[in-house]
Parts: sequence; structure tokens; C-alpha cells
Amino acid sequence: MNSEQSTVSRDAKAVASNGKVLLSVRDLKKYYPIRGGLLRRTVAQVKAVDDVSFEIKAGETFGLVGESGCGKTTIGRTIIHLLTATAGQVLFDGQDVFKLGGGELKRLRRDMQIIFQDPYGSLDPRMPVGEIVGEGLRIHNIGDPKKREEMVRETMSLVGLRGQYARRYPHEFSGGQRQRIGIARALVLRPKFVVCDEPVSALDVSIQSQVLNLLTELREELGLTYLFIAHNLAVVKYISDRIGVMYLGRLAETSVSERLYEHPMHPYTQALVSAIPIPDPTMRRQRIVLKGDVPSPVNPPSGCRFHTRCPQYIGDVCKMVEPQLVEKEPGHFVACHLY
Amino acid sequence: MVSRKQALLEVKGLKTHFFTEDGIVPAVDGVDFSVAAGETLGIVGESGCGKSVTALSVMRLIASPGRVVAGSILFEGRDLAQSSQEEMCDLRGNRMAMIFQEPMTSLNPVYTVGEQIREAVQTHDRQISDGAARVRAVEMLRMVGIPLPEERYRAFPHEMSGGMRQRVMIAMALSLAPALLIADEPTTALDVTIQAQILELMKDLRERVQTAVMLITHDLGVVADMADKVAVMYAGEIVENADVYSLFREPLHPYTQGLLASIPTLASTRNQRLNVIHGTVPNLLRLPPGCRFAPRCPKAMDICRQVRPTLRDVDGGRQVSCWLY
Repeated sequence: MNSEQSTVSRDAKAVASNGKVLLSVRDLKKYYPIRGGLLRRTVAQVKAVDDVSFEIKAGETFGLVGESGCGKTTIGRTIIHLLTATAGQVLFDGQDVFKLGGGELKRLRRDMQIIFQDPYGSLDPRMPVGEIVGEGLRIHNIGDPKKREEMVRETMSLVGLRGQYARRYPHEFSGGQRQRIGIARALVLRPKFVVCDEPVSALDVSIQSQVLNLLTELREELGLTYLFIAHNLAVVKYISDRIGVMYLGRLAETSVSERLYEHPMHPYTQALVSAIPIPDPTMRRQRIVLKGDVPSPVNPPSGCRFHTRCPQYIGDVCKMVEPQLVEKEPGHFVACHLY
Repeated sequence: MVSRKQALLEVKGLKTHFFTEDGIVPAVDGVDFSVAAGETLGIVGESGCGKSVTALSVMRLIASPGRVVAGSILFEGRDLAQSSQEEMCDLRGNRMAMIFQEPMTSLNPVYTVGEQIREAVQTHDRQISDGAARVRAVEMLRMVGIPLPEERYRAFPHEMSGGMRQRVMIAMALSLAPALLIADEPTTALDVTIQAQILELMKDLRERVQTAVMLITHDLGVVADMADKVAVMYAGEIVENADVYSLFREPLHPYTQGLLASIPTLASTRNQRLNVIHGTVPNLLRLPPGCRFAPRCPKAMDICRQVRPTLRDVDGGRQVSCWLY
């Protein structure tokens, strides 16, 4: 079967690219100040991302999952320097992203792009689609107008949009087509690395599968590396080579995709996996139902941040000591005192 | 299992159209289904298929420019399509209740959640004293798993998280002990772990109170988990009706088949190509003449493009609207 072949070739490629790290995130922190009082002084901080480290190899897709407010979107935006980090380091192709000056940063942006979740809010309604897709080329002074138009058409056809659509406006397109426009805009500069921030969450199932297939094909064709952010675990598992599970601004577990679902180790991951509704009525399984809500990131619980809801709480150590990510089996890291 | 009980709600030939400047939008265009007491019917479909409009039509909550233009909605033997607004007010929040997708906009922001539940309790039981109603409201908050219910009684909706607010909506709906609960995407705005809490809660309450549920969702996983029967909607029509086991084991309509095959599941292999339903849903203002799914259907025949199929009985107590059967 065709699909099997592509999986095999992909694995072969993963092996070939083994070793070469494209993106390295080290001790990344992003705090948002909460200001109050007469002098608008900082009275507290929202710790959206609090000490996160991971690496993505060239050609690999790293998935980040977690629930609302866990910091996954903030990580994506901080990595490509749309947000300024509070602390930490991001190395892209050996360069320290946060140390780059204006010109160098601009050059780097050609290699790092982002696809946003909302296909309605992320396209300028007054700009024809061709302009939206070609804006990056203009900003980076690539080619003359004629060459740029050619590149826009080429990229549009790559994502399955007809060239004559270039003169139309975003409102003339359906949600799925708008997401294709967003993808074309990200790819027109032929980046190496793309942050996909919930790219299919706003789409209906039948359209979602079209876009997921497209992202997979483009990765093969253009040799892309993805950071794929989503809350839907089935989607993330489908597209990712490795996955990181986030809870309240920290990574709870990272592993090769298959292994994470076969053998989730962190109690939070176990609960997440068990909570996914399975489209098969004959599957009757024991769901791990967590108590309560996610605590506020302004004042995260002491020790392990999950201890207030953890069904496998083992005592004071969970309350007092913040667990670190430790490799418990090859390539499988867990931050939990159980292991 | 398909229940053989008498129908609590029986909808026949329901048509709800919206009279817009651009023309008539047949959002719901001839829909038949029934729900028996204690049973859960899942209505699934993608955005714009008419599933929410169907729910609102049953509650008679369709606002202008929309109108129920044809059909009957028999609820406990009475035709709601013919009922006056007064009769409807009496039924809503009494024999039937509804919970919505967005729990923030459906709660009143200027009253505490406790007061709102107490009001629901008193609507249901006019003899009850304020004090007793208050006790019942606190009891309902505890039943839906809200910690410190006495304190939370005094909380305003904005002081609660999305999951908490949805619990309040459920507490309110169920304090009425309605015969029919219509839940329109009750967990769509929530995170998976919170969704799991709410679904377990709904199951538990369904068993305790014996409420029939009309569950509207786009999530086939939620349907598989919750429903006894399923109606699949496409472009204003029901294309398939079946019990949940048959539907997932052997979907008949090509649209249902396509939907089920296009969801990535935990069992699907990485990077295996997902099934795709080509094209997009038709514009309801310019519907194709034959079957509405024909332009996207991989099995379409000549007749499909010319003659509109109707929902027909097939083996196993199922119904499908497709020329293949």
C-alpha cells in the first residue's frame, strides 16, 4: 500500500537525519506581568511557560499537547520570537535566536514560519489572497513583482488552491480553504521550520482530514520540520514523531508518539489518554476522571503542579519537591516521583 | 440497544426555513426522528448541517427570520408545532430543558449561580418555600460535583471556569427533572479531561432521573460513548438513522462512511493517509437537484444527480436516504 511505503521512507529519512538537531529549546520561561494599584506595578506573574526544554531534529515533527492555558501556544510564539522570552535560550540551526539583531532576525524569519489556528481571524479581510500569500516575499525583497506573482501561484497550487483565486478576498473562501491560504502564506518563503498552532481545531472532520493530509504531503515534499501544537491527542499522535505533554507551563512527559499512547507513564498523560472519546461504541473502558479544574498559573501548586488533582498522589514528596524530566526508558522522559 | 418503548418525542417532516435577503435557506428540510423515554438520541453532522436548528425548533426557540414551516413535533402526545408561546413557556424549564455549547452566554451574569438554580427549582415546584428551594439548589450543585456548594451558591458566573459553568447549566436543567433534555454541543468548548467529567456526570444523572436526551454534537467519539440511537445529518436532512452499534459497525450512507473513515483515531498508524471527503458542503441557497451529497459522493450514480432520495427503512430497523439501498 502507498501509505505504508511513505511511512517506511519517512522512518528511513528520520534515521538519515539522526543526530542533527535543528531546534533546541533550553530552560525557556515566559511570564506575563499582572499589574495593579495606582502605579501599575507588577503585583503578580502568570507563569505561562516555566522552564521548558526540548529538541527537534531536522525533518522531525514534535507534537505539543495539553489543555487550555498549559502554555503550548506561548511556547510556539516565543520560539519564533513573536513574543519575547523571560528567560532561556532557543538555538535554531546553531544560532541563538534571542541574541540576533534586527537584520539577522529578519533573515532567520524566512526559515521559521507559523500557521495559526483561526482561519477567520488571521487573514486580513481587505487584502486579496495573492497579496496575503506574497507579503513575505515583498518584505524580504525576493524577486521582482513578476517573479513574486509566479512564486505565489506556485505555492498556491502546492496547497491545492487555484491560481486565479489570487485576486479574491478571504471572505469568499470556506474555513478549509482559508486554512490552505494560511499554509501557503507560511510556505511561500520555503522555510525549514513551521510552527503549526492548532491548525485543524477550527475545522469540521471531513475538512480536517484534508488539511492533515496536506500538511503530511508538504512535509515530505519540502523536507519540513514541524512543531505541531494541538489539544486533540488523536490528531497529534497521527502527525507527530515525538510528543511532549504539557501541564501548567511545564512538560510532564515526552516520548516517541506510539510509546506515549501504549505506555503513558505520567498520571496526567494517563488521564488525558483515557479521556479521549473513541468512535467505537463497543469499547467500554475505565476512564480516569480527574477531580476539579486546572489551577491558576499565577499561583501554581508547590512541588509537582499536578499533585492537587493526581489520582496517584504518593505523599509529601509530591507536594514539596518539583519533579524533573528524567529518562525512564530510551527516549521516554517523565517528570513524576512515582518512577 | 434500540428501545421498543413508546416515543416521548416524535418529529415528522420538520422543516425550518430562514427567510433571508438572499433567499430562503432550508436549514432543516424534512426531518423525521423519535426519542423514547430514558433514551439518548445523538444527532451528528458538521457545521451548518441543521443539527442545532433542529434542536431549537423542537424547543420552539427559532427567531426571525427563521420559522418552522412544516411538520409536527409530538411531545407527550401534544404537537409543539401548534402550541402557543404560553404553553411552550410552561413546558420549557419544566418537562423539557436545554443546555447550550457556551455556558457563559447562557447564564445570567448579574445573578449568582445559586439564585439561578433556585429560580429553576421554583419554576418547577411552585409550592416550595424560598428556604427549601435554596437547600435544593445547593443539593443540585453538590450532585453535579461542584466543591464547596454552599459557598459556590453565592458565586457569579464570571467567577467560575468553563467546566464549572457547564455543571451549573446541567444542575439547573436537571433540577427540573425534565422528561427531555436537549444538549447542544455540551462539551465542545471544554478540555478533554473536563469533557470526561461532564459526560460521566450526564450518564450518571440520566440513570438516576431517567431523562431522555437529545445530544447534538459533531464529535463521533462522544456519540459512540453516550448515544443509544444516532441520526446523521447533512445539508438539512437526516441521511441515516440507526442504533449506535449498527451505525459504527456498518455505516450505510456514503457520507457516514466517509465521516467515520476521516477521523484520526488513536489506533490509526502515523502518517497513514486519512480518508478525505472531497469538496465542501453545498450552499443551502443553491442546493443540487438530486441527492445533496451527490457532488461529493464517491459512489454517485446518474439517478443521484437527478432525483432526491428519501429516508427509507432497510433491514435491522435502520433507515437510510440513499439510492444504493
